[in-house]
Amino acid sequence: MKTHEVVIQPGRAERHYWRDLWRNRELLFILSMRDISVRYKQTALGTAWSVIRPLTTMLIMVLVFSVIAKLPAEPGIPYPLMVLAGITVWTFFANAFTQVSNSVTLNANLVTKVYFPRLIMPLSAVAVSFLDFLVSLGLFILIAAWYRFVPDWHILFLPVFMLLALLAAFAFGLFFAVINVRFRDIGQLIPFLVQVGFYVCPIAYSSRIVSDKWFYKFYILNPLVGIIDGFRWALLGEKAFFNPQSILVSVLMVAVCLAASVYFFRKRENTFVDDI
Amino acid sequence: MSVITVENISKQYIIDHQRGKGVNTLRDVVAENFRQWFGRGKQVESGLTREEFWALRDVSFAIEQGDRVGIVGHNGAGKSTLLKILSKIIEPTTGSVRIRGRVASLLEVGTGFHPELTGRENIYLNGSLLGMTRSEIRKHFDEIVAFAGVEKFLDTPVKRYSSGMYVRLGFAIAAHLDPEIMIVDEVLAVGDAEFQKKSLGKMRDVSTSGRTILFVSHNLTAVQALCNKTLFFEKGRLVEQGETNQVIQSYLSKVSKTRLVRQWDTPEEAPGNDLVRIRRVELIPEYPDNTTHIDVRTPMRVRFEFWNMMERANLNLSLHLNSLTGECIFNVGTQSLPYGKGLIAGECLIPGYFLNDGSYTISVMVVKDTVTPLFQLEEGITFDVEDYREGVAWYGKWPGYVRPQFRFEMEALEEVPAK
Repeated sequence: MKTHEVVIQPGRAERHYWRDLWRNRELLFILSMRDISVRYKQTALGTAWSVIRPLTTMLIMVLVFSVIAKLPAEPGIPYPLMVLAGITVWTFFANAFTQVSNSVTLNANLVTKVYFPRLIMPLSAVAVSFLDFLVSLGLFILIAAWYRFVPDWHILFLPVFMLLALLAAFAFGLFFAVINVRFRDIGQLIPFLVQVGFYVCPIAYSSRIVSDKWFYKFYILNPLVGIIDGFRWALLGEKAFFNPQSILVSVLMVAVCLAASVYFFRKRENTFVDDI
Repeated sequence: MSVITVENISKQYIIDHQRGKGVNTLRDVVAENFRQWFGRGKQVESGLTREEFWALRDVSFAIEQGDRVGIVGHNGAGKSTLLKILSKIIEPTTGSVRIRGRVASLLEVGTGFHPELTGRENIYLNGSLLGMTRSEIRKHFDEIVAFAGVEKFLDTPVKRYSSGMYVRLGFAIAAHLDPEIMIVDEVLAVGDAEFQKKSLGKMRDVSTSGRTILFVSHNLTAVQALCNKTLFFEKGRLVEQGETNQVIQSYLSKVSKTRLVRQWDTPEEAPGNDLVRIRRVELIPEYPDNTTHIDVRTPMRVRFEFWNMMERANLNLSLHLNSLTGECIFNVGTQSLPYGKGLIAGECLIPGYFLNDGSYTISVMVVKDTVTPLFQLEEGITFDVEDYREGVAWYGKWPGYVRPQFRFEMEALEEVPAK
């Protein structure tokens, strides 16, 4: 049997961290399964909830913004479809972001009792929201079919925007997850950020209506603008507004934030147990 | 060959003493910094003081392959900190540790058990947290289930398990780990006597197969039964190491200091928490006929005073009397009664002719609503009971923990006349 030697020293970053992480992929899988199977335990409607929630949000949105506020839809795209596409990717981002932010504190009982690469917790937290996302994507396809709206070749780009949304949620969430260990204020802050984000991002409206405003160049600095617009463009085709510049901003910002927050997380993870 | 080499390990904690505060919020820190920058008096004003605390100080030792090492010491001696450092859960402040081989640490029974998941799902969850692969778990699955005796409840959520079943399942999983080094913390303190025997046996099996075990326990009987070497910690320092029997002897002689009164004058320095703080624990012997030490005849009163900081709560006291080896001899509780803020006292009478000779400790616990322990003062009082006999010509060690004088009479039923 191969003996492996471990050296424990202060401040010593685990030399084989990434290999360790890979070795623990089964744990990652099992923690994800735990979160998924616990999700709808003891609910009467069970998994139906992941359909009911985006559907009712869409209906309310249509009622408030289309019927009452009379926001314009994209020309040639039914308003409900436009909103639903936005809600689908936004809900995915928001859920993943929230769950990643809380991942370390929710697993406090594990942090204080066993060692494993701590990055497993935020990674496994993404699983539940991804599953929910797949369900609501299916819902979108059904409703699009009902509107006789068939996606074209643009849909090939869908995985790119899904991945970007995921990485964005992970990058931002990871940063907050670290701070959350020390300051539980983050738990209060996150729902608020999500709520603000909902209006700041082009979900209930199209970016087209702000594209000629003076603040548009600041508007696209929000990395989610490019992701949401791109996601819509991939699903609904050329008629949806999509500015390739905005996705460039998104890619750059997500890459920088991801690198920074992984670095931050790695730097702090050994002190989690002292602060949690 | 040493499998574990520990060199000059220290672990320091900085403790923020802030009155009436649990979790530090961002606001507190911002406010604190603000005060420090712009205020005149700093620390006194804010009620925040910092204190350095060394949980471990310059600890060095080496463990050979196949050693079964017991770790003993009072609460707060640094035993758990050491185990956590060896398990890579916390980082030492200075020093280094070198470990050769796969480590499984078992710092709690059923780590990560999720109440909503079934026994089956939790076996996989807990097993992989402890470092088993899924195929290893699958291989041992039936053994684990049989060892824990939960066959019928495999597909029941563990929240419906009795606490005994829960503990058994947790231990069974850990017992089927196949590591080269096993680190165990106080696991045997739970479960019923039969299961304790079973798990101790399992641990002995593990150790005879050449694996290395580190075992922390308050139960010296268990340490003696299992370990060939023992480390004795006191206030973060390793004070003695060597053969188990020898170390335990000196541990006992150190701890067996009679301490009949402990008192704290102000709530600030008293042990406890935001809800209750202990003011005084005292053992008052009622010496009969000019005796000046406690012996088996002596009736004793245990008097206990504490500050209650809650506006209104149903409180009761619970008293554990333990042998020096950590076994509980009895546990008695008072009635639960409503009290407001203030000083509360309780008294328990231990009659004469009850305890056998030996050394004992008393720990007291304040309980709310008969179920929620608020604070436990462990080893509050330590005392020795001396032997006393009359009308007996035998002077060997009287066996047992108690020495009651139950009615026990003889009579001659039939007399055979002498020839």
